[in-house]
Amino acid sequence: MAEVQFRFRDDEMVGDPGVTVGAFGEQSNAAAVRLEPGDEARDLLPHLSRLRLIEINFPVYGDGRGYTAARVLREAGYTGELRAVGDVLVDQLAFMRRCGFDAFAPEVPLDPADAQAALDRYPEVYQPAADGRVAIWAKRHADVQGG
Amino acid sequence: MYKYDTYDQAMVDARVEEFRDQVRRRIDGHLSEDQFKPLRLMNGLYLQLHAYMLRVAVPYGTLSGAQMHALGDIADKYDRGYGHFTTRQNIQYNWIKLDEAPNILADLAKVEMHAIQTSGNCIRNTSSDQYAGAAADEVTDPRPYAELIRQWSTFHPEFCYLPRKFKIAVIASETDRAAMRLHDIGVQIVRGEGGELGAAFYVGGGMGRTPMIGPLIKAFVPLDQFITYAEACLRVYNRHGRRDNKYKARIKILVHELGKEEYTRQVEAEFAHLLSQNIEPPTAELERIKAQFADPAFETGLSEELDRSDPDFALWVDNNCVTHKASGYIAVTISLKPIGGIPGDASADQMRLMAALAAQYSFDELRVTHAQNIVLAHVRKDQLYALWQALDEAGLGTANLDLVGDIIACPGLDYCSLANARSIPVAQKIGQRLAAKEQQIGELKLKISGCINACGHHHAGHIGILGVDRKGTENYQLLLGGCEGADTSLGQITGPGFDEDGIVDAVEKATEVYLSTREGNERFLDTYRRIGMAPFKEALYG
Amino acid sequence: MKLLTGNDLKSGAVTWWDGVQWSLHVEEAIDVGDHADSILARESATRRVNAAYAIEASKDEKGVRPAHIKERIRALGPTVRPDLTLKPADPEAGQWVI
Repeated sequence: MAEVQFRFRDDEMVGDPGVTVGAFGEQSNAAAVRLEPGDEARDLLPHLSRLRLIEINFPVYGDGRGYTAARVLREAGYTGELRAVGDVLVDQLAFMRRCGFDAFAPEVPLDPADAQAALDRYPEVYQPAADGRVAIWAKRHADVQGG
Repeated sequence: MYKYDTYDQAMVDARVEEFRDQVRRRIDGHLSEDQFKPLRLMNGLYLQLHAYMLRVAVPYGTLSGAQMHALGDIADKYDRGYGHFTTRQNIQYNWIKLDEAPNILADLAKVEMHAIQTSGNCIRNTSSDQYAGAAADEVTDPRPYAELIRQWSTFHPEFCYLPRKFKIAVIASETDRAAMRLHDIGVQIVRGEGGELGAAFYVGGGMGRTPMIGPLIKAFVPLDQFITYAEACLRVYNRHGRRDNKYKARIKILVHELGKEEYTRQVEAEFAHLLSQNIEPPTAELERIKAQFADPAFETGLSEELDRSDPDFALWVDNNCVTHKASGYIAVTISLKPIGGIPGDASADQMRLMAALAAQYSFDELRVTHAQNIVLAHVRKDQLYALWQALDEAGLGTANLDLVGDIIACPGLDYCSLANARSIPVAQKIGQRLAAKEQQIGELKLKISGCINACGHHHAGHIGILGVDRKGTENYQLLLGGCEGADTSLGQITGPGFDEDGIVDAVEKATEVYLSTREGNERFLDTYRRIGMAPFKEALYG
Repeated sequence: MKLLTGNDLKSGAVTWWDGVQWSLHVEEAIDVGDHADSILARESATRRVNAAYAIEASKDEKGVRPAHIKERIRALGPTVRPDLTLKPADPEAGQWVI
C-alpha cells in the first residue's frame, strides 16, 4: 500500500487501511473505509460520526467520480480524514484539495516541489467548493455578502 | 461586452504559468504523453495530423476588435498566416509548436482571452446566439448568463474529469440560432407568468454517433437558482454517466437510459440538497455582468433607407443582413465561404481587417457564428454600403448566407487525426458546382463532417454529408432533412455512400428534385418534409 | 513493409524513422521489420518523437507509399493547401495522396 505523501491535518493518522464498503456494513467497529469509484458515498452518511478515515480510490486519474464523492461527504459534515489514493498526479491535487481531500497517498510519489507549485497556483477561485475558499463573486460583492 | 477585472485577469495569467510549467515538465520528461495529454487538452492543445493544433476560446462567440486583431497577429507570429473558425464559435490554429504554446497563451491573456477548457472531458466554452443584443425577438441578451456559466465552470474542481466532454448553449429567443437542443445542456432564458426572467433547461441533446434532441427537464428555473441547478445537472452526470464505453459516455446516453423522468428526479433531489450549500452567485453579480452587456449608444433618428442601386450590394444585403432591434441599424454576416474556398478559414490580414471594420462600423464588436461566419451585429444602414465595399475588396463580400455555398465543414482528414475522410475538398467542389444556381435554390443548409463525431453538424443539415472510411478509401454518406432550431430534426441517410465526385453529383441531383417539385415559397427542407425521401432516392439510385 | 512514424515532441512535425533518426521525409523511412516495438520503446524514452506508431507501407519505383490515405496526407500535408505541403512546387503532389 502506498504511503501518505501529503497530509494537511494535525490529528493522529489512522493506522488501519480502509475496509471495503461491503465489509464496512458488517464491521460495526471499523473507523476507516475505502470507496471505489462505483460506490455510493451517500451510503456512508448514517455512519459518519464513527468514521475517522475515508479513502477514495482513483484507479485511473481520468475517472472523476471521486471528486463528487468527496464533496458529498464534506457537504454532509464529515470532518475526518479524506484521503485520495491510487493514480493521484500533480496536476489533479488542487482540484482534489478543493473537493475536500486533506491527505494524498499517490501510487507513484510526486515531486514535492511540483506538487507545492500546483497547490499554490491559483490565487482565486471562481466557485465555492468544500475547502472554504471564498469565490471571486463573493469578494466582488463583499458588501452585499457581509464579507 | 464583458471586461475582465483584476480577478479574471489573475486567473488567466495563472493559467499561462501553469501551462508553461506543464510544458516544461513534458519536455524534460517528468510527464509522459499519457499524463500530459489531458493537461494539454484542457488548454485546447491537440496533436493533429501535421502539428499541434490550438483551439482558442471565444466565449459565447463575442470578440472585441482588439481581440480579433490579436488573433490575426497570432496567426502570423506563431502559425502560417491563417486560422479556422469552428462550429463551436472558437478559432483553431493548425501549425502550433509545443514549446511556443505558452507564449501564445500569454499573448492571448494580454487581450483577455484564453484556451481554457476548449477540449478535454470538462465543461467547454459556452455557445450562444450570434445576434445576441441585436435580435428583435430576444427577451434579453443571453450572453450575461453565458458569462456567468463561463466563470462557474472555469476550473470547476468537481467537473474537470467528467465521463466525457460537456457543451452548454444559452439562447434567449424563441428562434433558436445556436442549435441549443443539440447540446449537453441547452438553456433558454424565458419569461415566467409574472414577466420575470428564468431559465428553461434542456438536457441530453447532442450529435456525434448517437444524435439526440435534448428533452426539456425544467421549464423555469428562477435566475437566483440558475447556477445551482446547473451544478445539480452536472453532479448527477458525473456520478452516474457511463465510463465503461467512451461512445456511450455523453450525458445524452445517461438521460436516454435513465429516462427523462428519472434523470430529472435525481437532479431535483440533488438540487434540493445543493440549495442549502450557498453556491449561487448573488443577483448583484449577474447585474454586474449584465451592465457590461448594455446596449451600445445607438443613434436615434437615423434613416431606414438603403440605396440599392448597386445590384451586387443589394444581393448581399438581401442574403447576408438581418433586421436589427434598433431602427437605422442592421446586423451583418461576413461570409467566410467564398466560392471554392475553405469554409471558416480567414487569413491574418482578413482578421485584422474585420477588426478594423468592427471598430469603424459596429461598436468595436464581432461575433463568431456556429456556421463559421463572422457577424458585425450593429451596423448603421447609412454606412452599410461603405462597409460592404471594404469587405468585398478583401474577398469577404460573398453573398451566400444560408445558401448552398454557405457550407459548414469540419477540417476533416486534411488536418484532423480523428477524421475518416476529407471534408474541405467536398465543400469546395459542391460550392463550385452549385454556385450559379444557389440564388435559385434559396435557403439550403449543407453540413459536412469527416467522421462520426459530427463536428460539421451533418445530422442537422438540410443536406448532410458524412465521410467514412470504406476499406481505406474515402466514402461519403448523404443525409436529408436535418434541421436545427425550433423545429429541430435529425437527417436520414439516403442509402449507399458515394465517392468524392459521386457525392457532388448526388447533392446536385437532390437540388434538382427539389427545384422540380417545390411549391410556392418552399425551402428545400419544406419540400423534403412534404414529399419525403422516396423521390430523392429514386433520383439518386433509381 | 513496416514504417515508424510519429510527431516531433516540440514542433509537432510529422517524422519518419530512417534507421538513425527521425526524418521529415517519408521517402527516407526504412522498413523496420519485426523491430517496431523495441525501436518505439527506445525512441519514446528519449523524447525525440511523440506518440509514435507503426504503419503498413509499400515501396515501388516512385518511392515509399503508406498504405492508408491518412498517412499519405501526413506525409505530404493538407491537400487543400498545396502551398503548405512539403512539395509546394509540385502541382501533382496531391494526386499521390489519393
